[in-house]
Amino acid sequence: MKISRSPWLLHYDASSCNGCDIEVLASTTPRFDVERFGIINTGNPKHADIMVVTGGVNAQTKQVVRQLYSQMPDPKVVIAAGICACDGGIFKDCYNISGGVDTVIPVDVYVPGCAVRPEALIDGVVKALAILDEKREAMKNHATCEVHFDKA
Amino acid sequence: MSSRSVIPFGPQHPVLPEPIHLDLVLEDEKVVEAVPSIGFVHRGLESLVTKKDFKEMVYVAERICGICSFGHGFGYCDAVEHIMDIEVTERANYLRTILFEMSRMHSHILWLGLMADAFGFESLFMDTWRIREKVLDMLEAATGGRVIFSILDVGGLRRDIPDDMLKSFLPVLDEIEKELAIDVKAFLNDSAVKSRLCGVGFLSAEQVEKLGCCGPFLRGSGVKRDSRKLGYAAYDDIDFEIITSDDCDTYGRTFVRAQEILQSISIIRQAIEKVPAGEVMVPVKGFPKGEHMTRIEQPRGEACYYVKANGTKFLERMRVRTPTFANIPALTETLQGCSLSDVPILVVAIDPCISCTER
Repeated sequence: MKISRSPWLLHYDASSCNGCDIEVLASTTPRFDVERFGIINTGNPKHADIMVVTGGVNAQTKQVVRQLYSQMPDPKVVIAAGICACDGGIFKDCYNISGGVDTVIPVDVYVPGCAVRPEALIDGVVKALAILDEKREAMKNHATCEVHFDKA
Repeated sequence: MSSRSVIPFGPQHPVLPEPIHLDLVLEDEKVVEAVPSIGFVHRGLESLVTKKDFKEMVYVAERICGICSFGHGFGYCDAVEHIMDIEVTERANYLRTILFEMSRMHSHILWLGLMADAFGFESLFMDTWRIREKVLDMLEAATGGRVIFSILDVGGLRRDIPDDMLKSFLPVLDEIEKELAIDVKAFLNDSAVKSRLCGVGFLSAEQVEKLGCCGPFLRGSGVKRDSRKLGYAAYDDIDFEIITSDDCDTYGRTFVRAQEILQSISIIRQAIEKVPAGEVMVPVKGFPKGEHMTRIEQPRGEACYYVKANGTKFLERMRVRTPTFANIPALTETLQGCSLSDVPILVVAIDPCISCTER
């Protein structure tokens, strides 16, 4: 497949158990090595194209997720990594879990798994790349990109 | 006259994958006060005991943290087994010891990598994580999972690990030992690395005792204390010495963790040699009634598991005291007076596990 750009990732742990987080990190290290395609895990939302969120989002991280999302430049894609980020997972019944990243910001790619395997995550990033290209094309046609904040 | 400024550190920052927030009060480059605020990973996990029965809670306990997941599952199972008077078979005890030490290895190697990342040695970070994958391969072969294993159950293990698979781990352990020796040399002998570690975050033996620290952080200041010596699982039959360092700084803590990886390899070798044949699961009948507290040595330090049961299938209370919680006072102590550039190193030095602490 053709990769048109090397996207940079922004990873945020929105109350995950760490399992998915270390798998996100592991996918950048030599065994899986997405860095060879120029896919870098950056700490700065203003440099990022793809946001990888893990965890079920609790009351306190809600505003952080929203803030990070708003700081990213358009076009941007959000990946919900792990079953907790998809719909709350095993912690769905916990009193402090809102149940999925899509309760806070719009999600483009859902990658289930407990914990998410690096292979699955890389597959999710490949899917996100196609969506990123689509959004970029849409931005060329329209002067502004649609921003959804209403879902929160 | 220097003026004071406050720098927010986190919750989203490049040092750790986990959200920890510190308000750093600075005087020029010097940190005069660090105020941690927590709650970014609080899920309310302990309340799930009222919704999941005591056998399902094993899976929840494992997901307290993805790095020390085996230890959490073990501590919970051990507490429930004590309440129900279940005698776990010898083989299960040995296999639990092997898996526990493997997860300690992967946690410590992960920490070495994060430390290298914190002081800016990117290739060392990549190399330690490459070695870590070999440990994960063994864990995956044995349990089916890379970070969350779900092999533990009240009464033993859900499946046996065949003897020939255990034997096949031995050459992998040799390989890891050989490759790790090169990285450990870089951590302990490289002058550039030493200049970032030596003398940073000094805490004397009296200070760490007074602050109530635990785990490698405590042993890095020369205090000889390791809960594995309590003799749970098969640790009674295994020969190992508690590793300490008298450096009392971040270098000492790195030394202790690096040596503990090699020690874990030796413990796994001994356990594979001694593992007896037999069943791995004993039947569990009825519901637990009573209370118990278990202490175990997690990779990060001593963890306590308190379980209270009332004779129904739902427990009344489960409570975990995690090692990071005990080490956070030491973190704020070491941060006072340090330079801003040392903050990432000092934060990583306690091996913080925020998701354990906040649950």
